Amino acid sequence: MSQTVIASPAIETNGGTLRLPAEAPLRLDSGATLAPLEIAYKTYGRLNAERSNAVLVCHALTGDQHAASIHPITGKPGWWNRVIGPGLPLDPDRYFIICTNVVGGCMGSTGPSSLDPATGKPYGLTFPVITIADMVRAQAMLMDALGIGTLFAAVGGSMGGMQVLQWAADYPHRLRSAVCIAAAARHSAQNIAFHEVGRQAIMADPDWRGGAYEAHGVRPEKGLAVARMAAHITYLSEAALQRKFGRELQRDGLSWGFDAPDFQVESYLRYQGASFVDRFDANSYLYITRAVDYFDLAGAYDGVLAQAFRRARDVRFCVLSFSSDWLYSTGESRDIVRALNAAGCRASFVEIETDKGHDAFFLDEPVLDSALRGFFESQASRGGLA
Amino acid sequence: MSGLREDFKEILRLVRPNARVLDVGCGEGELLELLTQEKGVDGQGLEISPSGVAACLAKGIAAVQGDGDRDLDHFPTQAFDYAILSKTLQQMREPRHVLSELLRIADRAIVSVPNFGHWRVRWALLTQGRMPETKALPEPWWSTPNIHLCTLRDLTALCDELGLRIEACAAVSRGQPARSIDPSRAIENWRAETALFLLTRERPRPPAPEPTATGDLFA
Repeated sequence: MSQTVIASPAIETNGGTLRLPAEAPLRLDSGATLAPLEIAYKTYGRLNAERSNAVLVCHALTGDQHAASIHPITGKPGWWNRVIGPGLPLDPDRYFIICTNVVGGCMGSTGPSSLDPATGKPYGLTFPVITIADMVRAQAMLMDALGIGTLFAAVGGSMGGMQVLQWAADYPHRLRSAVCIAAAARHSAQNIAFHEVGRQAIMADPDWRGGAYEAHGVRPEKGLAVARMAAHITYLSEAALQRKFGRELQRDGLSWGFDAPDFQVESYLRYQGASFVDRFDANSYLYITRAVDYFDLAGAYDGVLAQAFRRARDVRFCVLSFSSDWLYSTGESRDIVRALNAAGCRASFVEIETDKGHDAFFLDEPVLDSALRGFFESQASRGGLA
Repeated sequence: MSGLREDFKEILRLVRPNARVLDVGCGEGELLELLTQEKGVDGQGLEISPSGVAACLAKGIAAVQGDGDRDLDHFPTQAFDYAILSKTLQQMREPRHVLSELLRIADRAIVSVPNFGHWRVRWALLTQGRMPETKALPEPWWSTPNIHLCTLRDLTALCDELGLRIEACAAVSRGQPARSIDPSRAIENWRAETALFLLTRERPRPPAPEPTATGDLFA
């Protein structure tokens, strides 16, 4: 992926959409190709003259490129504005921060809701199955277009952390450092099982229409909301749910029925589901969960994870996990660290003590902040960044 | 430099500039920070406590949360120039294995241990008949992390058994400059409160295993 593809419209300094022509298709792991390809992205800060300060931030399953800017649909602040911003570990005064919407997503990058040029209709289920490596390959194409040869760092949590590991395996020479938070090198049976519950909820919604809901002017909102509710439980720890809601009721007394939520936790989950459908596409959810299920970094290396990192000995790694994360537990991070050690890579690893579960990487965790700050500081002085 | 721990001063003296250093039980990274500043080493720490690792990361020191007893096996052969184990060997479940692993991972090991043969320890045991509590060993028997205490003679015997060469040895006492000693002399087994060894492998190294040979990484 060394050719530089010039984007058709001028690339905006604060982001935009890279449109690659049909002659520059994205070659997918499945053997299929995707063209024309659009990659929506946001940037924060400026690329320095040496082009040495680019940081790629990789979003999680249902995240998007609005890492530190107001979300255009929800109007909410960016999902990682605790980490990206003036005076924060990723300071736009120092770094050129790029966040792309993954391929298969629904916030501007080519995905199942994009129009298939062959038919003029949304792809729906004719969209090819994508993988984490495909997402990363598309990101590398964007870096080519932006004239960025080597990333100062790739950073991400959860599915974003998987992309970071994939970067280290596929493009080790284009990466100086890698931060992988609350992730795993492969999706476990339990993880796949939860994803399957979500997918079945979507596909069981009569409004899903075999994936062609847009043509029918409907959306499988109920199914997608249930998928989100089930997934949301996995993002929180039992202790956090107990602390937040316990058995508190919505109103005085029980309803003795099923229409209204009796418990606050039910109301909370319903809200999470209902607000999710406003900003997310059901088919994108199917495709991206599939990509994560297929993720098994060691798979391409005879099951030996260390071999995936063998070419990444010059990359500095920082692996972080959360003690109460049961979706991607500390054991998963430890496996990554052991493989890094075995491959001879320099790695830092800490399990952050928290009861907030998997979602802690979005939340106020002082140890996370200081670890990120320390890691980036040391990498910046190693890389000669002011 | 004058406020430095005497053992740190001695380690600083022993380590080559720009070396690759693994500090097992690195705590909050004080030694690695010092070695980075003074010797420009490429350091990596291993530390069991999460707060210690977090402190290392905040200082910009690469550190992995892990257990010296278990996690050394995952490092490749000759990945480092020096492996440092400062006053920790006696806290390991398998000191013999750890010592051997240190010299698989690194060309040289710097190991310091409190000497249970020190005269104060012997005197305390002789006169009181109870587990000694000294400046070097301040904890009572029921809460000490030191589960495998040894004397200077014990350690030199183990090195001999493992085919390790003692390149240098120094006696370190609080507030006194380190003193180069011959650890085989009986008098030193009485005098040295803490002993610091620079070790290398005497016999030819066993063939280096590939990263694949480090066992099942998902175990």
